[in-house]
Amino acid sequence: MPLSTQSQDDEEHYVLVASLDNARNLSNILKAITFKDHAVFTATPNGLKVTVEDSKCLQANAFIQTEIFQEFTLKEDLVTFQINLTVLLDCLNIFGGNAVAGTSTALRMCYKGYGYPLTLFLEEGGVVTVCKINTQEPEEPMDFEFCSTNVTNKVILQSESLKEAFSELDMTSDVLQITMSPSQPYFRLSTFGNSGNAHYDYSKDSDMMELFQCTMTQTNRYKMSLLKPSTKALALSCKVSVRTDNRGLLSQQYLVRNDDGQICFLEFYYCPDEEVEEEEEE
Amino acid sequence: MQCVVTGGNVKVLAKAIHSLSRIGDELYVEPQEDGLALRSVNSSRSAYACFLFAPLFFSRYSIPDGRNFRCKIAIKSVQSVFRSLATLEKTVEKCHIELNEQKDRLTFTLHCKHGLLKTHNLSYQDSESLQAVFDKDTCTNEFRAQPRVLVDTVAHFPPSLEEVTVTVSDERMWVRNHVEDETERSKAMLTELCLASDEFDHFVVKTPNSVTFCLKEFRGLLVFAESSNLPVSMYFDEPGSPVVLSVTDGVLEGNFVLATLSDDPSLPKNKSKGAHAPPSPPPDDFMNDDMDSYLIAMDTSVASGPSTAGPSASTLTDPCTSKLPEANHRTRTHSEEEEEEMEDGSDRPPNKKFRSLFFGSVFPPSPKISTQPVTTQEVLASDSEDES
Repeated sequence: MPLSTQSQDDEEHYVLVASLDNARNLSNILKAITFKDHAVFTATPNGLKVTVEDSKCLQANAFIQTEIFQEFTLKEDLVTFQINLTVLLDCLNIFGGNAVAGTSTALRMCYKGYGYPLTLFLEEGGVVTVCKINTQEPEEPMDFEFCSTNVTNKVILQSESLKEAFSELDMTSDVLQITMSPSQPYFRLSTFGNSGNAHYDYSKDSDMMELFQCTMTQTNRYKMSLLKPSTKALALSCKVSVRTDNRGLLSQQYLVRNDDGQICFLEFYYCPDEEVEEEEEE
Repeated sequence: MQCVVTGGNVKVLAKAIHSLSRIGDELYVEPQEDGLALRSVNSSRSAYACFLFAPLFFSRYSIPDGRNFRCKIAIKSVQSVFRSLATLEKTVEKCHIELNEQKDRLTFTLHCKHGLLKTHNLSYQDSESLQAVFDKDTCTNEFRAQPRVLVDTVAHFPPSLEEVTVTVSDERMWVRNHVEDETERSKAMLTELCLASDEFDHFVVKTPNSVTFCLKEFRGLLVFAESSNLPVSMYFDEPGSPVVLSVTDGVLEGNFVLATLSDDPSLPKNKSKGAHAPPSPPPDDFMNDDMDSYLIAMDTSVASGPSTAGPSASTLTDPCTSKLPEANHRTRTHSEEEEEEMEDGSDRPPNKKFRSLFFGSVFPPSPKISTQPVTTQEVLASDSEDES
């Protein structure tokens, strides 16, 4: 069936149609959460939320608001499907991804509903590629019940200052220990590796610290292997908010500015490792 | 021990540690009266390097009084303290090095821009003093050049090249890649550069000679010399005795001592035997450390004790001298074997010669070997063939 007639025919059957002039605005942000293949897409009138989980301890969400899209049509209140994220990214970069400046891949993403594939129309320089990716039964994303009323400590930092620390982190350490406290050391990242331990202390008065709201001293450990994927998000972002709640659950929110200066958010939740043994405190 | 390094000196310190990492896996730290000594030696003991930072290099320098303290640390972990060399100058304002003997930790604290404080508590091992025996002042050939001259010279050699040969005459220095005798002529490429004496700040040749030494360590020093823009001095005598490369300014001194290949397996030994008395046995505490083999680079006469079967055979039979280090640069034949194995899996029997050399002290040599009056290479070859 010719492409034109097909799309005319199907247009009204789609439950979701989303268009982007620059597919990179989607692919860049999805790359930051591609640490597992499977992602759950949730479309609401606010936009698109993409969720990836690992080991029931980590959840990453990418939020792409309606405003980012040139067209965002939703026939139902909520559309959910699961898809192989790696495959989707390959398709989005089918024209080579970040090509010469001035050229960009336009994207039209359509979904007919449960049981149908996700259809991508990608166009660059007059060439159109149509990709159909099979969707999967969506798994219910975990609810970490991270509630802002339970947040005990919160800091907002310019990403620049964390990037340096993350690039230097001792990867021989199994865990990253985060200490947040209203008194010294305020905000501390610690590693315990083969060669000894290392601490990175951020002063609350630093000009990199945009907000410092710590109400109690909390020390929690998080698996380094789980935290590692967030460095991609960190690299993209310009600001990061780090919060912990009364259970030690960690939330990182990254503010990402895309090529067109629009803002998207990436969010990571981590369960803490087992209790910290006090004797190991430095 | 407590010392504080500020400003641009942090980078100098970091670069020094970085160039020491080209030598060995461990950093020997010794706070001395006359400054902080950082040393390293390679696993085959054929290269040694030492930086001495005078107390004036530091904004504060205090050492434990009454007794000597020394330790060694994995050099990688110290490097990780100064990981981002490029941004170090811009980000680090002050570096504080402190020894906590109660906790057995050496603590590096970096005070960075934006109030960021990085603390690295590194575990260390006690160690005995690592001290090379060399005397550059008695060397007959002496040169000094701006780092740029030497950097530009070695830039012409591929990174994979292991050794360079430096030949000097009264008014010239030739630097060329060392080509093994056994390398197929058709495959060998020879690169040679000639430097006139006026390229050097100082050029004294009393014994025109030719020495071959490792390029990697030399490059390590050059990186440091270039970044701190210090002239490099070079001292050497003859093949088989070490070449000393040094940099110095008012507050620091760096010496790299590198073994050179002997000209001929038998000749220089006999010649140097008279000149160098066999060294006194290493002190006991020295033996406790893993430094039981004497540093070849520092005193090349170690392994050349009187032997009837020639020096190469003695390497096999004498348990004291049969270590890999001795073999590495003592004779040309040995190092050739080593390199070939490193470079590619040639069609020769793998590793065997090397290994038999290595375990020479463990397995007493068969009578057949010890009676063979020929060179080591053939002895070893026949040995490995027997096994296979």
